[in-house]
Amino acid sequence: MNTLLIALLAVPALGAVVVALLPDRRARLVSTGFAAVTFVLSALPILARTDEYSWFAYGPGDGPPMLPWAEVDLPWVPALGLEFHLGVDGISYPLIVLTGLLTLLCCAYNRKGRALAALLLVLEIGVLGTFLALDLILFFLFFEVVLLPMYAVIAGWGGPNRRAAARKFVLYTLAGSVLLLLGVLLVVTSAGTGDLVTLTGAAELSKDTQHVAFVLLALAFAVKAPLWPLHTWLPDAHTEAPTVGSVILAGVLLKMGTYGMIRVGVGAAPEGAGWASPVLGGLAVVAIVAGALICLRQTELKRLIAYSSVGHMGFVLLGIATMSITGVQAALVGNVAHGLITGLLFFLAGTIKDRTGTGSLDLIGGLRETAPRLAGLLGFAAIASLGLPGLAGFWGEAFAVIAAVQRGGPFWLTLAAVAAVGGALTAAYFLRLLRRVTHGPATPAVAAASPAVTRIEWLAWTPLILLTLAVGVVPALVLNDTVEPLANLLGVKL
Amino acid sequence: MTSQAVDHVALLPLYAAAGTAILALLADLFAGKRAATITATLLGALATGVTALAVGPWEPTFCVPGGCSWVPSWPAAVTAALFAGLTAGVLALSVPALRLGTAPAGEFCFLLACSMTGGVTVAYAGDLLTLIVGLETLTLPLYVLVGLRRFAPGERTTTDAASASVTFFLISVISTAIALLGIALNYAATGAVHLGMLGPAPAPFAALAGVGAALLVIGLAFKVAAVPLHAWAPATYDGALVPIAAYLSTASKLGGVLALAAVVARLDTGVVVAALAVLTMTVGNLVALRQTRMVRLLAWSSVAQAGYILAALALGADGVPAALAYAVFFVVLELIAFGVVVALRPAAADGGTLDDFRGAARRHPWLGAALVLALAGLAGLPPGLAGLFAKVSVVGALVAEGWTWLAAVVVVNAVIALAYYVRVGALLYAAPAEDTEHRPVRRPVAAVLVATTIVAVVLGFAPQVLFDVL
Repeated sequence: MNTLLIALLAVPALGAVVVALLPDRRARLVSTGFAAVTFVLSALPILARTDEYSWFAYGPGDGPPMLPWAEVDLPWVPALGLEFHLGVDGISYPLIVLTGLLTLLCCAYNRKGRALAALLLVLEIGVLGTFLALDLILFFLFFEVVLLPMYAVIAGWGGPNRRAAARKFVLYTLAGSVLLLLGVLLVVTSAGTGDLVTLTGAAELSKDTQHVAFVLLALAFAVKAPLWPLHTWLPDAHTEAPTVGSVILAGVLLKMGTYGMIRVGVGAAPEGAGWASPVLGGLAVVAIVAGALICLRQTELKRLIAYSSVGHMGFVLLGIATMSITGVQAALVGNVAHGLITGLLFFLAGTIKDRTGTGSLDLIGGLRETAPRLAGLLGFAAIASLGLPGLAGFWGEAFAVIAAVQRGGPFWLTLAAVAAVGGALTAAYFLRLLRRVTHGPATPAVAAASPAVTRIEWLAWTPLILLTLAVGVVPALVLNDTVEPLANLLGVKL
Repeated sequence: MTSQAVDHVALLPLYAAAGTAILALLADLFAGKRAATITATLLGALATGVTALAVGPWEPTFCVPGGCSWVPSWPAAVTAALFAGLTAGVLALSVPALRLGTAPAGEFCFLLACSMTGGVTVAYAGDLLTLIVGLETLTLPLYVLVGLRRFAPGERTTTDAASASVTFFLISVISTAIALLGIALNYAATGAVHLGMLGPAPAPFAALAGVGAALLVIGLAFKVAAVPLHAWAPATYDGALVPIAAYLSTASKLGGVLALAAVVARLDTGVVVAALAVLTMTVGNLVALRQTRMVRLLAWSSVAQAGYILAALALGADGVPAALAYAVFFVVLELIAFGVVVALRPAAADGGTLDDFRGAARRHPWLGAALVLALAGLAGLPPGLAGLFAKVSVVGALVAEGWTWLAAVVVVNAVIALAYYVRVGALLYAAPAEDTEHRPVRRPVAAVLVATTIVAVVLGFAPQVLFDVL
C-alpha cells in the first residue's frame, strides 16, 4: 500500500515527462493511458480501508486523532521540519478518486496537443499531493505545484483575454498561498511538528496561536475555494480557460481550498475555527446569495457557470462553518457533487462554445431544436446543479442548511433561512439559463453548429452523468467512512 | 609578540585560487593562445573548488589568543567551492564573447581568477580586516572587468561599459570607506577585530560601538546592492558583458552576504538590517515591474532577492543558516537565468530588451525550460523547488523567531515579484517575431547550463544536503 501512494504521484509525473517528449499525435493516447493507470491506482486505497472495529477498539476521543487507511512517512528535509508523509482516509479518498477520474476524462477529451496533456498530468500531481499530504509543509508544497501549470493552461490555450485572466489567477492565488505559508509555518513552529496526524485536534497550540493561524489559513483557503469577497479571480479564469482547464479548475482545484479548510484549518486550529465560524458562515451565506444574484444577470455561458461555483462553494463553506459532523459531511458530499456536476457543465459549455463560436446567451438559443441531445444533457446538468433531490447536488446544499438549523440560535437560523432562499435563487438562474439556451427558435449561431455528440464526448461525459445519479441516490458512496475521522477532527463524541 | 603559526593545509584553497590567477597570467604570456589560457583558468577554478571541499573543515590558522583569521569550517569550504564554481561557470559563459575578441582573454581570465581569490578569502575570513581585504580583492578586478570592452572595427562604439565601471568604482570606494570607518569605531570601542571576539562594548562605549556596527553594515550592504545603496547595480549590470553581470549578481553578491552574515551574527544590528531588508525587497520588486530590458529586470530582481536574504540576517545569528541557504539557492538559479540570456543572445551582445526574447522558448525548448525553472525558483514556486525551499527557510526562520511582520512583508513581496517573473515566462512562449534566426547554443554555454540546472534540480529534491553543511 505504501508504494501505491508514491505510485499515485510518480505515475502522472512519469506520464508528464513522457508525454512532453512525444510527438503531438501520440500525446492524447499516451496521456490518457497514464491518467487511466493513475485513476485505477487512485481507487485502490479502498482495499486498505481500516476495519471499523479498530476505531471502536480505541473508542472515539482517546485513540489517535487520525487513522489513515494507508500511509507513507519518509524524512525529506529535516532542517525545515518537512516529511514526505502521505496518507488516505475517508475524508480524502472521494476527492482523490474524483481527481483521478476528471484528469482521465480531460486527457481523453483534450485535442490540443502534448503540452496541454503534460500540464494536465502535472496538475494532477499537485492536486493528488495536496489531498494525500499529511505533513503541513508538504501540503503547502503541493498546494503551490498547481499554480504555474494552471497559469500556463489559461495563458496558453485560453480565450481572447487569456493573458489578463491568467495573470489575475496566478497573482490572486499566490497571494492566498503565501498566507497559507505563514499560517503553516506559524503552526509548525508553535507546535514543533508539521505532522497532521499529531496536530489534528491541536491540543498543543495555545488559543491565541490558533486564532491567528486559523485566520491566515482560512484566508488562504478562502481565496482558493473561493469565498466571497475573494472570488473575483474565478469568473475571468473560467471564462478564458480552455474547456479542460475549466473542468479541472472547477472540478478539483477549488476543492483544494475546501479540503484544506477542513483538514488543515479545522484540523490544526479547531479552537480558531470555532471562534471564527460565525464570520465564515456569514460570508458563506453572502456568497450563496451574491453568487445567485450575479448569475441572474450574467449573459455569458461560462461566466454564469463560474459564478454558480461561487454559490455552491458558499454552501460547502457554510457546512464547514457549522463545525458539526452533519455540516462537514454536507461539505464533503457537496465538494464531490460540485466536481462532477460543474465538470459536466463546463464540458457542455465548452462544447457549445466551440460549436457555435460564442458563449453569449443572447446569441445562443433554441439548442433543443437543432441539437436535442446536447440540450438534454445541459438540462440534466443544470437541474443537477440546482439541487434536485435524487441527484448529487441535493445532499450538500440541503444538509448544509440542516446543519445550520441544528446549530441553533437566531444567528444560525437566519443563516439557514437566507441560504435556503439562495438555493431557490439558484433554481431561478439555472431555469433562466435553460430557457434562454435550449428553448425558443434556434438562433443563427446554433443553427449553423454541428448537432452531433461525438464518441469521445460521450466517453468523457457518461461517467460524470452516471456518478451524478449514483451519488444522488446513494450519498453513502462519499460519506461511508467519514463519520469517525470527522468526529475526531471536530472533537465530537459519537 | 610571538609570530603566528601558519598551517599551509588550511590555506590550500587560497593557494589554489591565487595559483589559478598566476597560471592564467603565465599561460597568456607563454602560450599566448586564447583557448589555452581559458582552459588553464577553468581547470584552476575547478581545482580550487575541489581543494576547498577536499580540505573541508580544518584547524584554524593565523591565530592569536582570542581568535583566528583563517577559519576553515564546512560553510566556509562550501561557499569557497561555490565561488570557484561560479567563476568557472562565468568564464565558460564568456567564451563566445572572448572568441570574438570583445575582451582580451588573458587579462579577462587573470582578473576573474583574482576575483575568485577574493571570494575564497571572504569565505574563510576570521577577522574583519581579512574580510574587508577579501571583499576588496573580490571587487577590485570587477571594476576593470565591467569596463573591459573592445569594439570590432565598424561596430558602434559606446561608453556604456566605461561609465558603468566608473559608477561602480566610485560607489564601491565610498562604501568601503564607510565600512572601514565602522570597523575602526567598533575597534575603538571594543578592541576586537576577530569575529570570535566581536560583541557588546563596555558601557561607556556602547553608543560608539553601535554606530560602528551600523556603519559597517551599511558599508557592506553596498556589496549586496541593498536599497538605498543599490543605484549602481542596474546600470552596472546592463553596461557590462552579460557574463560579468552574472558574476556581479552571483559571486559578488555572495561575498557581500557572507560578510554581512559574519557581522550581524555577532553585533546587534537587527534594526538597521531589518530596515534595509524591507526597503530593498519592496523597492527592488516595484521597480522591476516597470523594466523593459532583460538584464535590468534581472538586476532589480536580484536587488529584491538580496532583501529576502537581509530579512533573514535581521535575526542575527539565528537567521544566518537560512540566509546562507537562501543565498546558495539564489546564486544557482541566478546563474541559470543569466546563462540562458547569454545563450539566447548573439555572442558579445548586451542583454537586449524583453521583446528580444519573445517566443524564444519555441525555438529553444530546453533553454526556455531552464529559464522557466530559474524564474519559478526565484519566485519561490514549483517547479523551482530549490527556490521554494529557500523561501520556506527564510520565512520559517522569521516566524520561528517571532518576526512575523517581517515574514509578512517577505511574502507580500513574493506576490509582487511573481508579476514580472510570469511576464517574462509568458513572453518566452508568445508567438515569435518574424525575422528571428535560429542561433545554435555554443558548447561551453550549454555545458554550464546543463551543470547548473542539474545542481538546481538536485538541490530542489535534496535540499537537506545543503542544510547539513551550512
